[in-house]
Amino acid sequence: MRPDPVSSGAFAEALFAPDLPSPEGLTGRQETRPQRRFSVYRNNVTVSLVDALASIFPTVQNLVGEDFFRAMARLYVAAHPPTSPLLFTYGESFPAFLESFPPAADLPFLADVARVERLWLDAYHAADAAPLDPAALGEISAEHLASIRFQAHSATRMIRLQHSAGTICGLDRAGQSLDGVNPLLPEAVLITRPAFDVSIEILPSGGAAFFEKLLDGHALGDACLGAAEEAADISALISLALTSGAFTAIESPEESTSP
Amino acid sequence: MSIHPAAEITFADRSRQGAAARLPSRAGAGFKPQHADQILADDFRIGFLEVHAENYMGAGGHPHRILTRMREDFPISIHGVGLSIGSPTGLDPEHLARLKTVVDRYQPEQVSEHLAWSTHESHFFNDLLPVPYDAATLNRVCDHIDQVQETLGRRILLENPSTYLGFEASTMSETDFIRAIARRTGCGLLLDINNVHVSATNHGYGARDYLADFPLLCVEEIHLAGHAADIDDAGLPLLIDSHDRPVDDLVWDLYAHVIGKLRHLPTLIEWDNEVPDWSVLKREAQLADAILDRHAATDMGLRHAS
Repeated sequence: MRPDPVSSGAFAEALFAPDLPSPEGLTGRQETRPQRRFSVYRNNVTVSLVDALASIFPTVQNLVGEDFFRAMARLYVAAHPPTSPLLFTYGESFPAFLESFPPAADLPFLADVARVERLWLDAYHAADAAPLDPAALGEISAEHLASIRFQAHSATRMIRLQHSAGTICGLDRAGQSLDGVNPLLPEAVLITRPAFDVSIEILPSGGAAFFEKLLDGHALGDACLGAAEEAADISALISLALTSGAFTAIESPEESTSP
Repeated sequence: MSIHPAAEITFADRSRQGAAARLPSRAGAGFKPQHADQILADDFRIGFLEVHAENYMGAGGHPHRILTRMREDFPISIHGVGLSIGSPTGLDPEHLARLKTVVDRYQPEQVSEHLAWSTHESHFFNDLLPVPYDAATLNRVCDHIDQVQETLGRRILLENPSTYLGFEASTMSETDFIRAIARRTGCGLLLDINNVHVSATNHGYGARDYLADFPLLCVEEIHLAGHAADIDDAGLPLLIDSHDRPVDDLVWDLYAHVIGKLRHLPTLIEWDNEVPDWSVLKREAQLADAILDRHAATDMGLRHAS
């Protein structure tokens, strides 16, 4: 029987291995080994995946320039091909790849920027839900306030970063200059999508501890205690929890005891 | 003041005949979200819109908001690009379930996929890769199409590929292979005429000979697109199915030839890379409409004469 490089896996294996000859069992019009014809598939695969990364990480591309980005993305694509046909989920390991990519070592904030961009796209495609009506807090009696919990919107993400990547992404995506931004300052970022547009919020002091607790399902009182350890403006954080669209509902112990 | 007659015609074109409606025998366009507002505001009502299923497999957000709005006004075709029907390692049941979710959500007039593979083991290659035309592959592809049609609870159309090389393992022609699939699975066919021209050029056979052998009576939709030109190792022309430019004149000629035989078929203009302004895509669609109208008018003339 003639070799079938599709069934044997040889076709797939050669797609990401530019140094390998085209697999056996292929035909062109005259060539016995249609190297150039096979390269069309190699090129289609690589270019389309590099394009996908460019659309998922536009700020990373803006920071390093298109040529650098595409050369770097080629290496990533070959080492970490996607495992899902949903390309908008691709690139989960791209931040870690950037961290250990020596040519980008003088841009240490690049990986954090990629982390924000990956979360941004997760939020963009998350399930729709109506955000919390801030007036809902008014219905809670003072004695129960500390024990209420917040239900997270499916789009909400929070991350602590070693670099000011949320600030960089926010400015870059708004088409604004990065002049004067110190990329080496740590920051915590809250990503929300109350309706359809994704928003990047840089959290104030204590905000990371506060939102981590709430997103983990802890009571408001615990979140406030966590935030207080970091010199936080508690009322500003509560206000942000109510208005940011990070949550969809408040669960009060009153409701569970007296339905 | 009475309703302007043109407004009535536009409205009639927009109405759909219930859930089992078919795509109209008019030109449609590959839908790009950046065209949404212009398409909705345009006095010219495009015949239908086609979307790639995978772009609507997220849970929510703008993509679904926009497509839900378009679906209110236009017939929709859902065209899968990631099911990997030719895969030697079986269909991914999760991905098939996702396709079913999209189909259930939008109740499209048409669902189609490709005679190709794009996954191997756990890797996704994001390209439509070729299969050998032999008995083992035929059995596998037919099993997969049965599985898809059973899961979706409806027939699908299968699209002929554009290919850049062949296989020593092949024992039958592409047209015989496709005819056998249609016969065994009952699926319909999506005839991509640009793919016919690209493959015919790349393999050195005649596009019209291919069409003469093709099971045209199973065709329920046509695709038209642009291609790029390269050369192979032997210096022979090698066309690339690039979807990044207008439809080639030779492809328009083949289209007129096919419509001359088949008369009425939904016809999609695909333009996926270097996407132009809506007005450019619309102009391509109007060229296809003009060819469809010309043959419809000829039919009317024949009927009057008889």
